[in-house]
Amino acid sequence: MDFTSNFIVQLINGIALGSTYALIALGYTMVYGIIMLINFAHGEIYMVGAFVGLALVTIFKVHIIIAFLGAMLFCMLMAVSIEIIAYRPLRRSKRLAALISAIGISIILSNLVNLLVGPKPQTFPSIEKILFEIKSFDLIAGAQINTLQILLIIVSAILMIGLQYIVKRTKVGKAMRATSQDYDTAALMGINVNRIISYTFAIGSALAGAGGVLVGIYFGVVKYNMGMLPGMKAFTAAVLGGIGSIPGAMFGGIILGVIEMMTVAIGFSSYRDAIAFGILILVLLIKPTGLFGKQIFKKV
Amino acid sequence: MTLLNGLLPPYIESIAITVGIYIIMALGLNLITGVTGQLSLGHAAYMSIGAYASAVVSLQLGMPFIFALLAGGIAAGFFGLIIGYPTLRLTGDYLAIATLGFGEIVKSLLFNMPIVGGAMGLAGIPFKSTLTVTLIVVIIVIWMMVRVERSRFGRALLAIREDDIAAECYGINTSLYKVKMFVLGTFIAGIGGALWAHKIMVLQPRDFGFMKSIEILNMVVLGGLGSIPGTVLGAIVLTSIPEVLRFSSDYRMLLYGALLVIMMRFRPNGLLGGVDVTKLVKKSIKSITGSNFADKEKKKVKGGN
Repeated sequence: MDFTSNFIVQLINGIALGSTYALIALGYTMVYGIIMLINFAHGEIYMVGAFVGLALVTIFKVHIIIAFLGAMLFCMLMAVSIEIIAYRPLRRSKRLAALISAIGISIILSNLVNLLVGPKPQTFPSIEKILFEIKSFDLIAGAQINTLQILLIIVSAILMIGLQYIVKRTKVGKAMRATSQDYDTAALMGINVNRIISYTFAIGSALAGAGGVLVGIYFGVVKYNMGMLPGMKAFTAAVLGGIGSIPGAMFGGIILGVIEMMTVAIGFSSYRDAIAFGILILVLLIKPTGLFGKQIFKKV
Repeated sequence: MTLLNGLLPPYIESIAITVGIYIIMALGLNLITGVTGQLSLGHAAYMSIGAYASAVVSLQLGMPFIFALLAGGIAAGFFGLIIGYPTLRLTGDYLAIATLGFGEIVKSLLFNMPIVGGAMGLAGIPFKSTLTVTLIVVIIVIWMMVRVERSRFGRALLAIREDDIAAECYGINTSLYKVKMFVLGTFIAGIGGALWAHKIMVLQPRDFGFMKSIEILNMVVLGGLGSIPGTVLGAIVLTSIPEVLRFSSDYRMLLYGALLVIMMRFRPNGLLGGVDVTKLVKKSIKSITGSNFADKEKKKVKGGN
């Protein structure tokens, strides 16, 4: 394989991987935009989504599309209850308290799954048996793209367009934008802020759950600790794109995925995790507001 | 120097040394998270840097233990500066995620570095962390923390925790103070790591994972964020309870997670948060000696009239 085709193959891999990062990053950025909390449990919600999808396909034998939607619904309900139990009572206390509470939830979720399923990686049934056969298509210079990658990219794109529609065109989306701009004024304007925060958690977590099932299909294995590293990378993606910005999270995720796969391509595969972290530090040093972020002024 | 060594049964002595090391670790984190309100999730990573650096100094250079201790602290403090400088200048909680990532990177680098043994670990470190040495270091660290708390520097840190904008208005250079504080906190973590290396004698990268950082965070949260006696109590309780109960580590982690959530929900200041222990002790001494008693009796008589 020559250089160009290798480059294109890694670019496609990067976009596929990056779109899963983007799906997770959206949840981080939405929640951060609205209540200024790094939701540490978000990576674990993605992991739980993958396991719910797996359970629905293997134990309950439902169709993969229903399993996909089921995982999204489960993550929604779980995130809303987590918000009510662990974050809402702390909303008026110090930020540190909510942050520690979020860490606690994240540890509970990953260890609960560890106790229920066990530490061994679980194999996701091959997509060939349940949906369609994997075919490869030739692109320029001998590079190939397969149906699985196309599926991953298209489903992510549909979800992101759906999110854009909700945020920009619906009444709930308008209320979300208002709440993220100014919490107290939004409440004065008659917006039920608590309900809008619940919606934000629900939508962000549904995307993470969808990302979990997609990754399960794409890589074929799910594990109880699969949430932490992608969660961290997705946060990096959100910071890279500008935390609080929805298009920023999408682009940040894809850019991060591509950079990561390029690092693997030029032979530094053992440093692929270090790269994401290096990017985070670099962005914080050079441009903390990220690519699409606005300068936020502190209010007294 | 060997005053206390061998006084206790070996098993108890070993636990006592472990407790002492965790007190040091927890006090370092208490300065960062408790006093200044900056969440660090990579305390175990700084501990591992201190441990490996001191082990290398001991093994390769054959220097006396005091130099190994200081080398561990300085190495950890240096990495504290590297992580702290870009993240602590910003408002927001970037430190939490940066330290979380840093912890993972350090672990994977240690796994891949043949000079410190890689996944096999680093063995043959001499046993130097006797009970006496550990106790001396614990006392020095507690003394340092008390001095810091009562200094201008410590009051500035408390002001940053309460409201960083207001602190800045009072002329406190918040980012400089935060970075200084973080370097000091990680330096102490490095000292703790160096003691740990010379107690356990074999270092393995997997011993310094994310869960170790959470364990230390739990000690600070349980005892009381910002309270030195609380942190010491938290370290003692959470180090000795698993030794006594010996339940599976899976359940322990679940419990630790639940503990964080429950403490934040119901007692965010911890068991001893906001309690002035010195006053409490003085009061109880007074009540025992009875001087307070007489006053109360007088008041009762007055009230009766």
